[in-house]
Amino acid sequence: MQPTSHAFKANVDKALGDATLQTALGLAMLGFGPKRRSAVERLPEFEALREEGRRIKNQTLEHLDYYLETFERNVTRWGGKVHWCRTPGEAREAVLAICRSVDAKTVTKGKSMIAEEIALNDFLEENKITPVETDLGEYIIQLRHEPPSHLIAPAFHLLKEQVADVFRSSHTELDPARSLVEPRVLCDEAREILRPKFLAADVGITGANCLVAETGSSIIVTNEGNGDLTQTLPKIHIVLASLEKIVPTLEDATTILRLLARSATGQEFSTYTTMSTGPRRDGDLDGPEQYHVILLDNGRSAMLGTEFQDMLRCIRCAACINHCPVFSAVGGHAYGWVYPGPMGSVLTPKLVGVAEAGHLPNASTFCGRCESVCPVKIPLPKMMRHWREREFEQKLSPAPYRFGLSAWAFLATRPALYQALTGVAMRVLAAFGKRRGHFRSLPLAGGWTSVRDMPAPQGRSFQSLWAERQKAKAGR
Amino acid sequence: MSGREDILGGIRKALKRGPLDAAAAAVLDARLAAPARNLIPARATSLDHPGQVELFVAMAEEVQTTVDRVAALADVPQAVAAYLASENLPADLVASPDPVLDDIPWAERPMLRLRRGKAEGGDKVGLTPAFAAVAETGTLMLISGPQNPTTINFLPDTHIVVLRADQIVASYEDGWTLLRQRQAAAGDAALPRTVNFITGPSRTGDIEQRMQLGAHGPRRLHIVLVGDGAAERPAGERPG
Ligand code: SF4
Repeated sequence: MQPTSHAFKANVDKALGDATLQTALGLAMLGFGPKRRSAVERLPEFEALREEGRRIKNQTLEHLDYYLETFERNVTRWGGKVHWCRTPGEAREAVLAICRSVDAKTVTKGKSMIAEEIALNDFLEENKITPVETDLGEYIIQLRHEPPSHLIAPAFHLLKEQVADVFRSSHTELDPARSLVEPRVLCDEAREILRPKFLAADVGITGANCLVAETGSSIIVTNEGNGDLTQTLPKIHIVLASLEKIVPTLEDATTILRLLARSATGQEFSTYTTMSTGPRRDGDLDGPEQYHVILLDNGRSAMLGTEFQDMLRCIRCAACINHCPVFSAVGGHAYGWVYPGPMGSVLTPKLVGVAEAGHLPNASTFCGRCESVCPVKIPLPKMMRHWREREFEQKLSPAPYRFGLSAWAFLATRPALYQALTGVAMRVLAAFGKRRGHFRSLPLAGGWTSVRDMPAPQGRSFQSLWAERQKAKAGR
Repeated sequence: MSGREDILGGIRKALKRGPLDAAAAAVLDARLAAPARNLIPARATSLDHPGQVELFVAMAEEVQTTVDRVAALADVPQAVAAYLASENLPADLVASPDPVLDDIPWAERPMLRLRRGKAEGGDKVGLTPAFAAVAETGTLMLISGPQNPTTINFLPDTHIVVLRADQIVASYEDGWTLLRQRQAAAGDAALPRTVNFITGPSRTGDIEQRMQLGAHGPRRLHIVLVGDGAAERPAGERPG
């Protein structure tokens, strides 16, 4: 996808003025926090697991070359092939060559952020191959020709009426007068439409949540089962993965998986966790005949040894996004590229350049919630600060953003965002600060609270309390 | 320079070293050869086996798996027939060609028609055994192979799994241990193409974050749980 991160400010203003988006955001964002919290509270070891996840990822990065080579050796041992790709262009060409080798007409796709990163769908279409997204959310946004707005809930910015509209205009073979009011019906319709496409596809493409060096396996998690149909039915399974997805052993992958579902959706475990190793074995009755792993670097190896190395621990759970007041106010599209929210603000400038995405790290209230929920303890606010320092060095910031005030200035010069944030922030932070009663950092006033604690808000804004008091007075 | 050498070279440059020397690589090789367990939550490991069976059932039911407990394999056909009738489902099943299922006296329920093989688009009900099950989260562990086609787990609307209680283990790690034992027993040549961990029927929350069952995979996941696990497996055979 073509980045529009440079237009972040305009994107923000547009998002704040979009009433439908605001309704959808309101509906969606409320669920994530409590679900994650109750899953975490149910597992006393969760904090210790976060520390383990951090350690596993750090140790793997120290020996990344070794584990990638071992992974490749084991993939080969079980009859698969690894394609090392430096750039999105190389990755696209590798996928195309594999598709062409079987004269593929259609390709089913499980959810893959790497596919978004390398803009695979447009490229396949240009080459007369039809990509079919099979994750329900991805399918919906593919029909609407828009990018995902969230790592794990790509269509969460839409209301069911919008889904109904696009189904009615796309599924023209069905009765135009049918009722599409219930989400249940929409879900069933997508299932009906997609089933024959699963069965007819020549190639299936999935992402990977982990690559396992020990066995040469890829692991995906889904709730729908679409990833499994995608990789089981066609002749060829292509796995798209960036190289930091590697972990040494199945045990290490397991620790990551314990963190992933709880952090992402608040589930104990995703419905389907699938480990795949090579193509079908002799005598197997089903499964792909070929297994390929597209191993993408795209700037990641260059993050090693820099102040951004910690970002390579990211397991794409979206917890930082789900707990971000800025994201809650503006949604994912405003960020202008594949990765939104705090993790996107750190990663996007790295992957598409500071000139394009240098504003993103300013989209922060520095409340610190992202870091506090991150399952692998990535210091996101610190890294956003690094970016701002760099941006300053490169003199890319307009005057008001300099002198260490850039985040505050960004927010303060956008009254609508400021207002939206204080509304969101009061609600979410009241819940968040309850346990301690005080914040060590407060959004929009980082400089001030960095030296003293502020009492946690009681969950209401001054205006709403004032209005209530006036009413009470009037009634007396 | 090839992409591979370029990427590996870039990584080494960033890590400020060359390729690992033989001694350092040997240390890492040894770790991979004998994978250590990381922290495992006490939720299931702290329980005795009957407790783990109870936990498995409770966790499975929490995610909309249905569980029917029967005393012996001989009771399975009756339980399957009753389940299909109660859900108004056809009595035609596609079942794995796994010999484990041959020990079940299907002939006693002639109404049940079992076709053995992989699943096709039209199959409504699938029946499989499991390789193991994980108490911690109510998760089934299934592996692929000539006798266990993966399509049965995903294509039919209803997936019925015959699980013996003694197959229930505490953690995923116990599952990996069983898998490695199986691999070692088969002369190191039997890593299955696919391992499926399944925790409940297929679902999606993609429309307004409201959960719907049966997105692409099965709408129903039903486990026929056989025995209480007490007698079948001597303590020494437990993975651990
Ligand atoms: S940065 Fe942390 S919280 Fe955000 S997606 Fe990555 S792992 Fe999850």
